[in-house]
Amino acid sequence: MSAGSQQKYVRLISEANVEAAVETASTPRHIALVRITHWIVVLSVLGLLVTGTGILVSHPRLYWGETGGVGTPSLIDLPIPFIIGPSVWNRPFHFFFAWVLVLTGLTYMVGSFITQHFRKDLLPAKADLRWNRIIAVASEHLRWRRPEADAVSTYNVVQRLTYLAVVFGLFPAILWTGLAMSFGVTSVFPILATALGGHQSARTLHFTCVVLLLLFVIVHILMLCLAGFWRSVRTMITG
Amino acid sequence: MTKFLKRRQFITAGLATAASASGLGTAVYFADRYGLIPPDHTGIVGIGETLTYATQRLLTSGHSLAREFKRSDISKVPIVNGPHPTDEKYLALLAEGFENWRLSIEGLVARPVSFSLEELRRLPAESHITLHACEQGWSYIAEWTGVRLATVLDLAGARPESRYVVFEPFANPNQSRTVVRALWESVDMADALHPQTLLAYGMNGEALPADHGAPVRLRLGRHLGWKNTKYLSRIVITDRRDLYRKGGGTWYGGI
Repeated sequence: MSAGSQQKYVRLISEANVEAAVETASTPRHIALVRITHWIVVLSVLGLLVTGTGILVSHPRLYWGETGGVGTPSLIDLPIPFIIGPSVWNRPFHFFFAWVLVLTGLTYMVGSFITQHFRKDLLPAKADLRWNRIIAVASEHLRWRRPEADAVSTYNVVQRLTYLAVVFGLFPAILWTGLAMSFGVTSVFPILATALGGHQSARTLHFTCVVLLLLFVIVHILMLCLAGFWRSVRTMITG
Repeated sequence: MTKFLKRRQFITAGLATAASASGLGTAVYFADRYGLIPPDHTGIVGIGETLTYATQRLLTSGHSLAREFKRSDISKVPIVNGPHPTDEKYLALLAEGFENWRLSIEGLVARPVSFSLEELRRLPAESHITLHACEQGWSYIAEWTGVRLATVLDLAGARPESRYVVFEPFANPNQSRTVVRALWESVDMADALHPQTLLAYGMNGEALPADHGAPVRLRLGRHLGWKNTKYLSRIVITDRRDLYRKGGGTWYGGI
C-alpha cells in the first residue's frame, strides 16, 4: 500500500470510529419510554407489596377451591400471627397503586410496540434460542463473571426471555388473579375465577405470582450488582 | 431556527395540556351525570376509588349476576365474624324471637313503612346460594333466603331522585375492636335494585342465626362481606352524598 492510500485508510478508520463513538454516546441505552415507565412501575410495585402484605397478614392462611377459613383445612399456614385491621387503608391504596401500575403498563405496552422496543431490544435472535446458548449465558452469570464492555449495551438471551416472561406472563397473571377475586368483575366474567379453580385458588395463585415477582426482583438486583449497580441505575435514569 | 422550534414546542405543549385538561373536565362532568363518581372520591385515595367504581359500574351495568352454586357446595362451617350485640335491647328482642322488632323504611319515599319479621316473610321470597368472602381472605358458601330489597323499596315508593340506600344496624360495641365495622353502610341504587340483593331472614333453610345477623341482614351478591350489613334496624333512602357510611376505608365493595 502506498503512503498516501495508507494515510487515507487510517483516516477513514478513525473517522468511522469517531462516528461510531458519537452514535453510541448520543443513542440512549434505554429509551425515555422504558426509563420513565420503569421507575413508575417500581414505585407502584413497592406500594402494592406493602399494602398487599397488610391485607395478607389479616388472614395468613392459603386455601384452594372456593372456600376456606379458620376451622377448615388449608393449603399453607404462614408462620405469622393474624394481624387484623390495624389499617383499613391497605385496600384503597392497594387499588390506587394497581391503577398506576395498569395505566403505566398499558402505556409501556402500546409505546413499546410503536417504538419497536419489543422487536429491537427484547425479542431474542433466532440463533440464541437454543438450550446450549441459554445455559451458557445463565452459567456465566451464576459464576458471577462480569460481562464484557460491549455485552452491556444490549440484553443477552436470558435477560430477553426473562423480561418478556415478566411483562407478558407474570404481570398479566397477577392482574388476572387479582381481578378474579372481585365479585363485580366475576359477575361479568365468571371464567376468570372458575378457570383457576375458584375464589381461594385465585387468592393463592395471586400470592404465588407475587412471590415469583419478588424472586425476579432479587435476581434482577443481583445482576445489576454484577454489571455495576449505580452505573446501571444512572443509565436507567438518564439513558 | 432554535428559537422558532422552542416556541413551536411550547405552543404544542400548551395546546396538549389545555386539550387534556378540558378532556378530563368533560369526562368528569359526564361521569358525574351518569352516577359514576363514588361518594368517597376525595383525596389521593379518591382517584383510585373513582377509577375502580366507574369501571366496575360500567362493566356491571347489565345487572350481571354473581356466581351461584349447587346445594352440595354449601359450606359445612359458615364462618362467624364477631359476636352479635349483647346489649339489653338486642338480647330482649332475640329472646322473644324478634316479635317486637320492626324494620322502618324512611327518607325519600312516598310511603314510609315499617315491617315486622312476619310481614317480611310474607312478601315474595327468594333463595340464592352464593359465595360470601371477607376482605381478610376467608370465604364460605351458604344459601340465603329473603325478600328482594327492590320489592321493599317499591312498596315504600322510593323517589326517582334517590341515590343511595343506607342501612343502619343495631349498635354492636361488643364487636372486637380489631374487626372493622362501619356504624352504618350504604349501596347505590344499581346495587339496591339488583335481583340478588336481599333482605335475608333465612340461612341454609333455617332462621338467620344471631351470629350471622339476626333478624335480618343485607345480602349482596357482588360485594365483599363487610358490605352485607347485619342486625338491620333501619333503612334510609337518600340523595345525599355525605351519608354514605360511617367508618374508614373504601365504600365500594365489589372488589
